[in-house]
Amino acid sequence: MRVELRETPFEPLVELECHQRMSTGLAGRCGATAIFIGTMRDFNDGDAVQGMVLEYYPGMTEKYLRRIVETASREWPLLEVLVVHRVGELRPNDPIVLVAVWSEHRAAAFSACRSIMEELKSKAPFWKRETTAAGSRWVEHNTPG
Amino acid sequence: MTVHVRYFASLCDRVGRAEDRLDAADGLTVAGVWAALHREMPLPPNVLAAVNMEYAGLEHAVRDGDEVAFFPPVTGG
Repeated sequence: MRVELRETPFEPLVELECHQRMSTGLAGRCGATAIFIGTMRDFNDGDAVQGMVLEYYPGMTEKYLRRIVETASREWPLLEVLVVHRVGELRPNDPIVLVAVWSEHRAAAFSACRSIMEELKSKAPFWKRETTAAGSRWVEHNTPG
Repeated sequence: MTVHVRYFASLCDRVGRAEDRLDAADGLTVAGVWAALHREMPLPPNVLAAVNMEYAGLEHAVRDGDEVAFFPPVTGG
């Protein structure tokens, strides 16, 4: 299991491939991999968005991400989990988050990937401040799904 | 007791600073910490709180040396 915050842009599919190659216990055992990649849009609430800053609570954010993954690992039989989340300055089309879950069968992988993502959205301390033509503003709430 | 208080995101902007140090008598709750520092500004209704990096309710008892954080609803992912 690996949880990581990144200050600079990352390539989710490269991360995924590297992590899978390093996780030697997966070969032959893993029958299902579910992934979610969240990407920055260039619009929100009807306005064009030029950039975004992701603030977090150093210490608490990492702790909550680990806890979310541990909770999912108790609920489903998972072989491996990878979570990478951006912080700092982002531009449209930058990947924000990667959640990857490996398991023997698809039900656990699909369910755990969705659950980790929803818990992350509702509990992990991150805050988005987006820049539009009118200036910068805090995003007050996430979209429902 | 002494409490380290932190503010994040839009709440940091509203308060005008990222942190405070509060010296107060023992027995304060999380809500009491806010009230002691912000007599002019009631705690906004949607604000979340954490004590020592764990989510905490407003009635949670605060102890000497605790780090108390206040922040708006989270918007990650």
